[in-house]
Amino acid sequence: MEAIILQVLNGLDKGSAYALIALGLTLIFGTLGVVNFAHGALFMLGAFCAVTLSRILTLSFETIDPTRTDFLGNPMTVHTPYVEAWFGEAVGGTIIDWAVPLAVIIAIPVMALIGVVMERGLIKHFYKRPHADQILVTFGLAIVIQEIVKAFYGANPIPTPAPEAFIGSFDIGQILGFDPYAIMYPYWRLVYFFFSAVIIAAVFAFLQFTTFGMVVRAGMADRETVGLLGIDIDRRFVIMFAIAAVVAGLAGVMYTPILSPNYHMGMDFLVLSFVVVVVGGMGSLGGAVAAGFLLGILQSFASMSQIIEALPGINQVVIYLVAVVVLLTRPRGLMGRKGVMED
Amino acid sequence: MSKGKFTRRGMLKAGAASGATLAMPTIFSGAVWADGHTGFTNAPGPDSVTLGFNVPQTGAYADEGADELRAFTLAVEHLNGEGDGGMMNTFSSQVLDGTGILGRRVEYVTGDTQTSSDAARSSARSMIERDGAVMISGGSSSGVAIAVQGLCQDAGVIFMAGLTHSNDTTGKDRRANGFRHFFNTEMSGRALAPILEGAYGNDRVAYHLTADYTWGWSQERSMRTYTEAMGWETANAVMTPVGAGDFSSYLTPVANSGADVLILNHYGGDMVNSLTQAVQFGLRDIVANNKDFAVVVPLFSRLMARGAGSAIEGIYGSTNWHWTLTDAGSQAFVRSFGERYGFPPSQAAHTCYVQTLLYADAVTRAGSFNPCAVAEALEGYEFDGLGNGPTLYRAEDHQCFKDVLVVRGKENPENEFDLLEIVEVTPRETVTYPIDHPDFQGGALGTCNPGA
Repeated sequence: MEAIILQVLNGLDKGSAYALIALGLTLIFGTLGVVNFAHGALFMLGAFCAVTLSRILTLSFETIDPTRTDFLGNPMTVHTPYVEAWFGEAVGGTIIDWAVPLAVIIAIPVMALIGVVMERGLIKHFYKRPHADQILVTFGLAIVIQEIVKAFYGANPIPTPAPEAFIGSFDIGQILGFDPYAIMYPYWRLVYFFFSAVIIAAVFAFLQFTTFGMVVRAGMADRETVGLLGIDIDRRFVIMFAIAAVVAGLAGVMYTPILSPNYHMGMDFLVLSFVVVVVGGMGSLGGAVAAGFLLGILQSFASMSQIIEALPGINQVVIYLVAVVVLLTRPRGLMGRKGVMED
Repeated sequence: MSKGKFTRRGMLKAGAASGATLAMPTIFSGAVWADGHTGFTNAPGPDSVTLGFNVPQTGAYADEGADELRAFTLAVEHLNGEGDGGMMNTFSSQVLDGTGILGRRVEYVTGDTQTSSDAARSSARSMIERDGAVMISGGSSSGVAIAVQGLCQDAGVIFMAGLTHSNDTTGKDRRANGFRHFFNTEMSGRALAPILEGAYGNDRVAYHLTADYTWGWSQERSMRTYTEAMGWETANAVMTPVGAGDFSSYLTPVANSGADVLILNHYGGDMVNSLTQAVQFGLRDIVANNKDFAVVVPLFSRLMARGAGSAIEGIYGSTNWHWTLTDAGSQAFVRSFGERYGFPPSQAAHTCYVQTLLYADAVTRAGSFNPCAVAEALEGYEFDGLGNGPTLYRAEDHQCFKDVLVVRGKENPENEFDLLEIVEVTPRETVTYPIDHPDFQGGALGTCNPGA
């Protein structure tokens, strides 16, 4: 029982990331009709917003401390972050410690800007082109972005820890009446799950309860008619692209303490997120979120040692197996609508 | 082109001329063989010699790869007489004089193995075929090292393995053209077991997470052999894909498995992730079987310790070399590397630097770049002054035998590099295993291949 609860919990944080990325992918696909293979790169860029902010906050000046020696026996060079020098060690230290949550604030405008530039600069020229062209150009863009990040930050994962207050684990088992230590779950992963739930809810609320959202939904259903009604749907779609970029970026920012970011983390998530979108049903926002969590949890179960022993290698292929089964039984995906990508 | 050029007389002249040209090497072969500079792959010219350094510049082991490359660069500088000479001054063999190798200036080319056997083979092939490398070195993944070693054997160049820790590199996959200075999982098991017994007793239940490739399998097997021999049980051993990133689903079952020790047979970026995540999941805070839960990292390195931060405190592991060693060789190397790069070298850097010097030394002693002559000079070679105490390159399997360090993550580091403390220097006799050890069977060196 404990093992099952644990794997469900485990699946939740991975599922949250899949759901957030897939949500953005579906939004872009549903509104702009573009299959955006550069979406994983947006997730990665979000993570690097956190890395960048953490680097900016730890920018420091050097002083020589003659009382201590370095590993070569020379007087030690001490690095003091400017933030600590300006605000005092305690306040400065806390600001540095909270770099990841603070990066959320920075990432919103940065990612929105990146989204707009990406859409206006490149993707808008491919609206009328076949999906194959869109896939090629966005895939190429993803590689370019990756290589730029690699050139600036190197190829290695960059550890970006969560604030001190969230380090450690929460003994969920004790609350549920199990033995102590039976179900330990890191605080940050809980935070991540709730954070994604809030973002997903916000996106849905935005689309459901605002006029803007209504127009966008109408545009997703029938772009031509909305245009005939005299609504500038293109401008709204740019904003949707920016929102999708922000969602992916925030997913990335908050994921950094779970997985040290590196330049190809986006690609790793992208492939799975596409499977998520397909399983959920192309163009279905609810389907993307449901399939994200479903596949996250299934993947986590498939990594259990008992299951791997019975079916070696299942942890690597389970997502694709599910995709095959779903597509065979429901060719439009779990919640797919008729007419999407069928023209 | 006019037809008239192809006269009978012209053809005869040309034939005679080309015949003479073809016969030239044979005419002078006696003299050339004495110097030993032809008759093998990529025989260097009179001015320079090219070495190929094949390291992971991307992937889970990229940190190690970057440090290996720094060490290679430093070694080449020292061989060419630049810098302070580093360990060339403390090396027991004093034939290297800073004039390159056999009077030829050392040049080098680099490749990115991407921690993938296929990529590594293709970059090694390109360095041999296109750049004319006469020796390939590098590593950081045993899968890669074994693949490249096989390629070097077939191509007829020497392979001086960098960081590769699987038993198989000098076990079932050993090759006559391949040489390993780094230690292996059998040695780690022998060195670690007594220390673990002292620290945690002999009534423990271990859970292994193992990188799913040759090194992980080898590491797990050695650790199980030696921990089970001292009375530990093994609750489970789970394979994890290399570069998995998120190990949470492998880590969560550990707490309820009845185990009280987690052995992480991971390296590089994988180890950084799995260890930090193990700590995040509170594994080090729990009490299992009435004992404090313990984590062991059989192959430890300072680079990984830096990546994992405070998660490494108190964790035991083994290492080939550490910069805090106080012997003259280690100190000379740390000084030269530290002044050049601003931080101390890692064990990966150390083994690569040493391998480059050992190769240069062997060529100089043999008086030839011919791989067979170099191999002969290395086989059974006993040396000292390179940071590990007296060391033997065993002729039968091309494995170095030397002291092994058992280290522990330091509780209160004095500076950012002071992350591991040496708990014990396990003497060479303790880690030496017989050539017929069952874990090293199933392959043979074969004969050396000088290539073309």
